[in-house]
Amino acid sequence: MNLRRLFSIVLKELRQLRRDRLTFAMIVGIPTMQLLLFGYAINLDIRQLPAAALDQAQTAHAREVVAALAETSVMDFRYHLKTPQELDELLRGGKISAALVIPADFERRLAEQNLDTQPWPRPPLQIVVDGSDQVVQQAAAQLALLPLQNLLNPAAPTPVKNVEIVNFYNPARLAPVNTVPGLIGVILTMTMVLFTAMAIVRERERGNLEFLIATPVSPFELTLGKVLPFVGIGLVQVTVVLLLGMLIFHVPIRGSLLDVYGAALAFIVASLSLGVFLSTLAKTQFQSMQLAFFTFLPQILLSGFMFPFAGMPKPAQWLAEIFPMTHFIRLIRGIMLRGARLSELWPELAALAAFCVVTLTIAVLRTRKRLD
Amino acid sequence: MDKANDNAIVARGLTRRFGDLVAVDHVDLTVARAQVYGFLGPNGSGKSTTIRMLCGLLLPTEGDIDVLDCKIPQQAEALKRRIGYMTQKFSLYDDLTVYENLDFVAAVHELSRTDARKRIDELLTTYWLTQQRDQLAGTMSGGQKQRLALAASVLHKPELLLLDEPTSAVDPQSRREFWDSLFALADQGTTILVSTHYMDEAERCHRLAILDHGRLVADGSPRDLCAALPGQALLIECANPRRAQTALDGEPAIVSMAQIGAHLRVLVHDGADARATIAAKLKAQGIDARIDAVEANLEDVFVVATQRPKNKAVAA
Repeated sequence: MNLRRLFSIVLKELRQLRRDRLTFAMIVGIPTMQLLLFGYAINLDIRQLPAAALDQAQTAHAREVVAALAETSVMDFRYHLKTPQELDELLRGGKISAALVIPADFERRLAEQNLDTQPWPRPPLQIVVDGSDQVVQQAAAQLALLPLQNLLNPAAPTPVKNVEIVNFYNPARLAPVNTVPGLIGVILTMTMVLFTAMAIVRERERGNLEFLIATPVSPFELTLGKVLPFVGIGLVQVTVVLLLGMLIFHVPIRGSLLDVYGAALAFIVASLSLGVFLSTLAKTQFQSMQLAFFTFLPQILLSGFMFPFAGMPKPAQWLAEIFPMTHFIRLIRGIMLRGARLSELWPELAALAAFCVVTLTIAVLRTRKRLD
Repeated sequence: MDKANDNAIVARGLTRRFGDLVAVDHVDLTVARAQVYGFLGPNGSGKSTTIRMLCGLLLPTEGDIDVLDCKIPQQAEALKRRIGYMTQKFSLYDDLTVYENLDFVAAVHELSRTDARKRIDELLTTYWLTQQRDQLAGTMSGGQKQRLALAASVLHKPELLLLDEPTSAVDPQSRREFWDSLFALADQGTTILVSTHYMDEAERCHRLAILDHGRLVADGSPRDLCAALPGQALLIECANPRRAQTALDGEPAIVSMAQIGAHLRVLVHDGADARATIAAKLKAQGIDARIDAVEANLEDVFVVATQRPKNKAVAA
């Protein structure tokens, strides 16, 4: 290990990077674009679901129910229908995702609800949903909890709800607050793994390596020198996402900023290790790109960024525990949203460290300073 | 003086297999110091593989290698500080300037900053690259790239320089200048091993090895190899050399034929009767021809050596 040599490799990488306009633009361009895109587009809260109302009762109470539901702005009643056939057609054609059905005997069913009769009376309202969309189903399930007694007798005290949903940490139910911290993970995964894997394989593909291995340079120096600039680049990307997240989406950082960067640094190193490992498997830059993409999807889908971790089947959870992104999502959400300290989240850090040790060990074992 | 010190490279029984393919087949090689030693052979004859094994980039399947008194592959890392290796394909960075490339190579060889600056200026002058100092390597001509590659491989003043087909992408004028540079380096005591498939380049080497299908089929100075050629070169002058070639096709005494301008150059096995046989055969076809014996050249040596790969090596 020679510091002058290491420094000259870093310098060479930076010089090459400066001339590679596209990569250079991607370093800042990718985080900005993804943040804006996902921040605005990924909104798991249902608002303005296209809907229809089929009011067969035509009573004052029925109209009140429709108005009350419309007010939640979960459903947007674009159609007011007369027959179940119309409803069928709209739903099948995808014109609406949900429909509120008020049966002709709505008043009688409502009255029966108040009498404690046995067997249980039929519910007075029906919400028909497009079951092909899971998210819509969830929204409908929430609508079903809407207390209706108030409608019948406004003077009566508000009935006690069976389940009270209290939204901690994201009281306004703003999606970007959940999305932006995770997005740091997505962006770092995509750029760090891809850039390192490609940068190392490029040397081999262009034939530079044949010259280099005939010199005293060691594979360790070469890899470290190529990877170091990306640590800096990763931290720049984290800063871009944090700044945009705060300025545009008002995402809070409840924990310490130092902890945020600490977690990011650990994740950057883990992603770079993965990139170095992938580079030992690929012969061409194209192969390394394919390998990198192969690791993106499972990480993004299973890490808890897209879907709730607890909802996944056990084997998927075990698999997800391997991915660095899973641990980073827990770290960054904990620090940014719950105000946790990095030291409290040490098991996640330990998992990232273990990932680095394993991938780098395999990479080193696979690297030989020869052509065969 | 110790015998080993006179030779820069001593290889015995050098063999390399890639699966079933035997790329290099029991090659014995001795290269004296401060010599320009040539590797001549067709594509795929094992030149590159041999050079790569000599500088420790490939492990030999069998055989002993001793380069600059280092056992290879065991002492390959120590050797790497003392050799320069110029690859067949340009292997410096296209997206760095001439100066940046050399600066990087200097750091790799642990030259101090001041030493590096001095040495790079020296090299830019020697290899006429001063004007291209701040030009990106990727935008230079073939000849300029090759001078840059040579400058980079001699930057740390290696005792041994290995060049793998250095002139394959270069015009004749640049080739000539390049060889002048090589002899200048040899005069300063650098041993040079250079592979080529150009006869004129092979002819300039102090000593030459001809490789074919991984075997060493000839080894000696160009002059000795020509003198030891078992056969005779004939120059046939006639009105229609093409017709003469057709007429002589299949004649067992003939090793090879090649039309050169208005002449037909024929290489025959030893013995005076071959010449008479040819004369008779041409006469029978009604071809009026003049047959002269000429001195064998390196191309004849090459043709004979590579046509009989099963025969014993031509030693001189």
